[in-house]
Amino acid sequence: MNYWDRNIETIGREELAALQLQRLKETVARALNSPYYRKVLGDNNLSPDSIRSLDDLRRFPFTAKDDLRASYPRALLAVDREEVVRMHASSGTTGQSTVVYHNLQDLENWTGLVARCLVMAGATRGDVFQNMMSYGLFTGGIGLHYGAERVGMMVIPIGGGNTHRQIQFFQDFGTTIIHITPSYALHVSDVIRDLGLSPDDFRLRVLIFGAEPYSEATREKLEQLYRVRALNCYGLSEMNGPGVAFECGMNEGMHVWEDSYIVEVIDPESGDLLPPGDEGEIVFTTLTREAMPLIRYRSRDLARLYERTDCSCGRNFRRLSRIIGRTDDMLIVRGVNVFPSQIEHELMRIPEVGTNYQILLDRVENLDRMTVRVEITGRTFHGEVGELRLLKKKIEHALKEEILITTEIELMEPGALPPSQGKAKRVIDNREM
Amino acid sequence: MRVKQISVFLENKAGRLWELTETLREKELNIRALSLADTSDFGILRMIVNRPEEAFDALKEKGFAAAVTEVLAVEVPDRPGGLAGVLKALNDDGVNVEYMYAFVEKKAGNAAVVIRVEEVERSVSVLAAAGVTILPADEVYNL
Repeated sequence: MNYWDRNIETIGREELAALQLQRLKETVARALNSPYYRKVLGDNNLSPDSIRSLDDLRRFPFTAKDDLRASYPRALLAVDREEVVRMHASSGTTGQSTVVYHNLQDLENWTGLVARCLVMAGATRGDVFQNMMSYGLFTGGIGLHYGAERVGMMVIPIGGGNTHRQIQFFQDFGTTIIHITPSYALHVSDVIRDLGLSPDDFRLRVLIFGAEPYSEATREKLEQLYRVRALNCYGLSEMNGPGVAFECGMNEGMHVWEDSYIVEVIDPESGDLLPPGDEGEIVFTTLTREAMPLIRYRSRDLARLYERTDCSCGRNFRRLSRIIGRTDDMLIVRGVNVFPSQIEHELMRIPEVGTNYQILLDRVENLDRMTVRVEITGRTFHGEVGELRLLKKKIEHALKEEILITTEIELMEPGALPPSQGKAKRVIDNREM
Repeated sequence: MRVKQISVFLENKAGRLWELTETLREKELNIRALSLADTSDFGILRMIVNRPEEAFDALKEKGFAAAVTEVLAVEVPDRPGGLAGVLKALNDDGVNVEYMYAFVEKKAGNAAVVIRVEEVERSVSVLAAAGVTILPADEVYNL
């Protein structure tokens, strides 16, 4: 196993706790420089002196996405504006956008964390890294870009889209590692097949996935399609972006860089801290960020932390499970909680259907109706009505087993559903609330 | 003996059937017989065209889910009881007909139908023994 920074990556739990405590105090002190935390922490009589042990973090209030929105544009900035060298912002599609500021040291730290992730994935000097994630205000592309350069790879900053050119570059530049969203990877593999090419025509070695929740079955499917290893990268723009946690591939889950973040799991309804191993909302506290520290930030991502901290890769950082969904993309259908990732998981296990799908929700006579649209593939259509009826029944049955509600299955022609590039829009909810 | 039939999956979406026929028109392909199996939410169009391979490729290229199935084309006397006579032979031998449809054109006073059976081999001998004329593929494509 290779390390980018062996000393910190193999730090023991006790030493880590001491480091976290010291950094948490510094974080609270820095946070008090921002108008937002000066007010919130002041109202609650909280200061660096409130922290005697790591458990004292629980006395601090959560910071929510809405608090970031309300702080737009600068109320969370904890350093002079002139010290800031970069900002990132969310798209704001679901409200006021949120801004995150970085000073030079913040970018240096972020790049270091990404470099650790990439080396963990087996990246090394000389690798060719095709970054198929969007650049710009979105952190996914830029975050990995600088980490990859730091490792010494040749970076192709191509961004998302323009699939034919992407595939051409795989061939022309001998790309070995790609960074891509799982939904786009599915689309690219369809195009590779349509062009009459196969993974043997490329030198791909590792796929790095990020930016959207997806299922284990999708990962397995993609590993088969590309015949390479696929590893998960986790991050959120509020915590810099990609590089918060990454898979070592030895044990399940992604190691969270706990020297840089304190991670907690809470019940999203009550806000109560959950016992180790339980599934809940992930909450992060930054430990090194200077321009914009965040304390107990509610990520809205649902996952769990594995109990054991030791790992055969030599790291003792706690592992985060795959993200099963977001508190805000959970669908409630006829009173049942359904995550799109559950539906995706089942569909990917049915070889007769294509890689795109769409979930439609509407209300018929005050009852929720869920329709799942899937594409049949040209290869599995043999011209019989009976086989298509059976296929519909099979999908309906598989979904019912998983999500416990009956869905209508609509079979579509190949290519009828919009191919997803970047973050996939899979759900159309036409119910009037 | 065996005739190549093209089956195409169609969503219930306005204009799709027209797009399909447009694709055939562009390649100057002629439909000799057709049938549309319609369910509540999708359909399957089945047809015999003059150049099946070319039609299959053109449809695939346009993104249609298409399949080639082997069927039989048989001559049916154009009089009351003509079709019954043909089917009796198959029925007597326990051959199940999955579906059938008629050709537009006649051949020298006789009608022609497309018959889809699971056991093609056996049906050929059953029909031949009953004196039914099975039309050769070349003849069918150019009916």
